[in-house]
Amino acid sequence: MIAGTAGGVAEPRQLLSPDGTLADGAAEALDDEALLSAWRMMVFSRTFDERAFSLQRQGRLGTFSPVNGEEAAVIGSSWALDPGRDWVVPQYRELPAMLRQGYDLRRALRYFVGDPAGNDMGEGVRVLPYQISLAAQIPHAVGLAWGLRHQGSDGVVLVFFGEGASSEGDAHEAMNLAGVRRAPVIFLLKNNGWAISTPVSKQTAAASLAARASGVGFPGELVDGNDLFAVHDATACAVERARAGEGPTLIEARTYRMGPHNTSDDPTRYVDPAELERRREFDPVDRVRRYLTARGLVDAASEEALRAQVEVEIDAAVADVEGGPAPGVNAVFDHVYANPPPRVIEQRAAATGEG
Amino acid sequence: MAVLNMVEAIRSGLADEMARDERIMLLGQDIGVNGGVFRATDGLQERFGEERVVDMPLAEAVIVGSAVGMACSGLVPIPELQFLGFGSQAFHQIEGQVARMRFRSQGRVPMPIVIRAPLGGNVRTPELHSDAHEAKYAGAAGLKVVMPATARDAKGMLLEAIRDPDPVLFCEPLRGYRLIKDEVPEYEYTVPLGTARTAREGDDVVVVAWSTAVVVAERAAAQAAEEGISARVLDLRSLVPLDTEALREAAAACGRALVVHEATLTSGFGAEVVATIQEEAFWSLEAPIGRIAAPDTPYPIASVEELYVPSVERVLAGIRQVVGAAP
Repeated sequence: MIAGTAGGVAEPRQLLSPDGTLADGAAEALDDEALLSAWRMMVFSRTFDERAFSLQRQGRLGTFSPVNGEEAAVIGSSWALDPGRDWVVPQYRELPAMLRQGYDLRRALRYFVGDPAGNDMGEGVRVLPYQISLAAQIPHAVGLAWGLRHQGSDGVVLVFFGEGASSEGDAHEAMNLAGVRRAPVIFLLKNNGWAISTPVSKQTAAASLAARASGVGFPGELVDGNDLFAVHDATACAVERARAGEGPTLIEARTYRMGPHNTSDDPTRYVDPAELERRREFDPVDRVRRYLTARGLVDAASEEALRAQVEVEIDAAVADVEGGPAPGVNAVFDHVYANPPPRVIEQRAAATGEG
Repeated sequence: MAVLNMVEAIRSGLADEMARDERIMLLGQDIGVNGGVFRATDGLQERFGEERVVDMPLAEAVIVGSAVGMACSGLVPIPELQFLGFGSQAFHQIEGQVARMRFRSQGRVPMPIVIRAPLGGNVRTPELHSDAHEAKYAGAAGLKVVMPATARDAKGMLLEAIRDPDPVLFCEPLRGYRLIKDEVPEYEYTVPLGTARTAREGDDVVVVAWSTAVVVAERAAAQAAEEGISARVLDLRSLVPLDTEALREAAAACGRALVVHEATLTSGFGAEVVATIQEEAFWSLEAPIGRIAAPDTPYPIASVEELYVPSVERVLAGIRQVVGAAP
């Protein structure tokens, strides 16, 4: 079990135990094909975290926030979506979910090197740009879900935020409105224990963030966020409810941030190393590996081959991005306005030397 | 042409556009059955239904923030802030999200939102309703800021704002909702954003104003005429886009200028107007440009607000000073 809570609040729901044993009947929702693609993304994500850190330390990449520890929460939930009609509204630590929706790895790298083109999610890719002003994306997700439904679509919206962002007014305002409008939205609250250096105990006195759903009139569920199957199952049920017009769901995926907040952060200043070691026993990737190994679907050699293949893929993307054109001064002006004011037109002309 | 007051012209504009474009959604507090606290949406829920004229929870940030997502879904939301004074509770969504989503998404996420909000004071509202916050929105790059002062402009610019793919803060002069009445065409028309209007001809001094301050400037100019001063009144109509050409032309023609606004003097948009005039028409100026604004104190409670907001007398005194100034 991940963090148990005091005060008689239920333990997070779990389907895949840390030793890799799956609860009876739990395998049905995630068939082997989907499971293996989720596994592949887990390996990709760990590898990308390491590679991105290394590139950042070499000065080749800007600020990056690793997914490390949250793979089950991000991948388990997004694997319950249909990228052909459903949307992901990310915060900034959900790259695997964005890639699953069709966001191109090269665009992702462009974003991390500081090229605004990386915030273009691509034609037909149902993902909003990264959100840096935390919790501001949650009202967007509700309006998007409501708007889709208003126009007769059965698409749903999965919005990510953390326990830190859950303290913002936007989180409450958005969940409240979603309840009133019965918007087809799934609030995926990743409680990873830390908002940079602020522990959840200083974020809230609530024993369960999932319980907040009852205050706004829809179901909330607490799941083991390091359990791919439990997160997937909870999200799949929420998607089904949302599609059927039964409204929103809040899922608190209780996980643990195993790395730094981002490339600028030094968690040794505030994380107890013994606690981090204890949490590593609940590593979401190890857990899936144990399950797949027991079933004979993966072994050390196949994982090594997969990792090597992923590294080639990442290196090729990095080479493409580094070999591509750097953004110029037009990037300061492009897309600000559809019909720019004369002043902005003059400023652009002066900046580009075309004035 | 029919004579409409400001609120009737706005209501007529909303109704015409909703009938023309079914993507338009109105979101706001008390805008449905109640028709808005100023009746700007009176009858619209009955006509267009609860799904398009939506009474929202009392939460400004999500009224604006949900409009962002709604725009992304392909709709054209028109959120209403009951008073611009409460816009601060949505400011992070307006400045950080609405204004720059198009830019951040590389044009992928459309943002054709029009945020409607009554602006200004002198109607004895409780505290915190009445602040003229337009300058901070004019500084939110990516947003357009529109400030009509006549019923005709209100309707024509509202239609233009709705059809413009860029997000617009559309400020309605609260004091003028019923006070301001003028002829509004019955045919379909729009008024382009970024074009100032000469509200009164004159050639001794130009008084630059927007929103409710235009009415004050016109009255002061009428009194100045009795003293033999020919004061032109230039109604900017929008702050972004700013009609710098009209400012240049008026300042050059008159040689003297005064700016009037309800906001506090320091960091008011008047500073931008003064800077623009000196850039555009410095060599035509015969006197320092004057500013009449609220003092740099918070908007007060009702009994003293008439002493706070620029009055006709203060504007007239400003006109006399600018006209009388000599090297």
